[in-house]
Amino acid sequence: MTTYPAAERCPRCGAELRELELSRRGLLWSWTVQRHQPKSPPYEPPAAGFAPFAVGYVELPEGVRVAAVLDVELPTLAIGMPLLLAAGDGVPRAVAA
Amino acid sequence: MTVLVAGAARTVFGRSAASGRDHAVRAVRAALADAGIGWDRVGAAFGGSDSAGNADTLVAELGLTGLPFVNVKNGCATGGSALVSAVNAIGSGMAEVVLAVGFDKHPAGAFDPRPEDWGLDAAYGRDGLMVTTQFFGIKIQRYLHDHGISAHTLALVAEKAYRNGALTPQAWRRTPLTAAEILDSGLVSDPLTRFMFCSPGEGAAALVLAAPGAAPGAAPGTGRRVRLDSVAVRSRRFGSFEVFSPWIPAGELASVSADAAAAAFEAAGIGPAEVQVAQVQDTEAGAEIMHLAECGFCDHGAQQRLVAEGAFELGGVLPVNTDGGCIANGEPIGASGLRQVVEVVHQLRGTAGERQVPGPPSVGFTHVYGAPGVSACAVLSC
Repeated sequence: MTTYPAAERCPRCGAELRELELSRRGLLWSWTVQRHQPKSPPYEPPAAGFAPFAVGYVELPEGVRVAAVLDVELPTLAIGMPLLLAAGDGVPRAVAA
Repeated sequence: MTVLVAGAARTVFGRSAASGRDHAVRAVRAALADAGIGWDRVGAAFGGSDSAGNADTLVAELGLTGLPFVNVKNGCATGGSALVSAVNAIGSGMAEVVLAVGFDKHPAGAFDPRPEDWGLDAAYGRDGLMVTTQFFGIKIQRYLHDHGISAHTLALVAEKAYRNGALTPQAWRRTPLTAAEILDSGLVSDPLTRFMFCSPGEGAAALVLAAPGAAPGAAPGTGRRVRLDSVAVRSRRFGSFEVFSPWIPAGELASVSADAAAAAFEAAGIGPAEVQVAQVQDTEAGAEIMHLAECGFCDHGAQQRLVAEGAFELGGVLPVNTDGGCIANGEPIGASGLRQVVEVVHQLRGTAGERQVPGPPSVGFTHVYGAPGVSACAVLSC
């Protein structure tokens, strides 16, 4: 049982959990593209202004799929593509592996 | 204990000057008239709204009779939770005639939830992940991949919604659209385009439930009396995929919709094969497709062929979302679950006008689903 972010207790059975550093390399489980600028607040567009961005879930060997912003060329998005995850500033970010 | 639908009514869903509470009062009065009784005969009421106020304050307009009026706040399952509470009130002997009402009025545009309300780090809001359409895009993207379903099939489902909406006087979107226009309407969250999505909206729906003989609308000899055979509400179990999830487990995922549907079928003593008309949550076209399989109406992947064959059209083997669903009616959260039941009541009674399923059908099913992972299903028969 692995969660992200680290949880103190297991959400299924309540047992105590220990922290584990997750692998960085995973595969894209699924994705979408946010085509329209989200409402503000709470969205803060980047300094260069809003551009459509991809989000999805990256499946890691530890048995967890982590939600991440996908910093990849949109036409390259494909389920199963290898990605490298980084913790980012709160929301994990992935680049093509 | 048999629970009868004595009265059922909904308002016109669509942008208007009416408040959510105005919609609610209108729906309740129409449901009472349909049942042939006055407000003073109602022994208990359960109702709710996500963002249009407290349902129990409606007594100021409906009549200060002193009845117990419980507010229900269960997101998209508000209507279903009101319904199950009303059924239990009759079953326990609390009251013989009970009202269930749901209403809402949302501002235009997408819902704008805050991460802290969902237990998420503020960064999920700052970085633009608090958008519900992303969840639907991600979930259907994987589903299309896993089960060989095309985006064109999504467009056909939405096309059906607008076609049925055009036949539903109280629907919001009443202009038919073609699959090509739907595919061409601009991506919102890939692979979903604008016209594949419902919009937050406004409206109300009300049901007057009664023990047999307790209301004229539930009296013997009133033609086709509709029975509420079961209602089941479930929240998510571990391992489901829900909106605003920073992570999900690997492997096969649980489904709260599957849980609620199975519970409703078991309590009613029937299976999906016996259902002759169904209303399932169509937040977007892909949701209708996935929910049909999750509720047990077909195998995963069979939708590709079934949609192409017209299986879910008004004249098909299992008419689905016969009033145009959330896509054509909009999504006033508190009302949708009860709107679905009102539609099934009309279909079973044979009063669905231009959108009447031939027969009329004798067994109907409703399914509603929403954040944070809640589903309500009901079985009705005549």
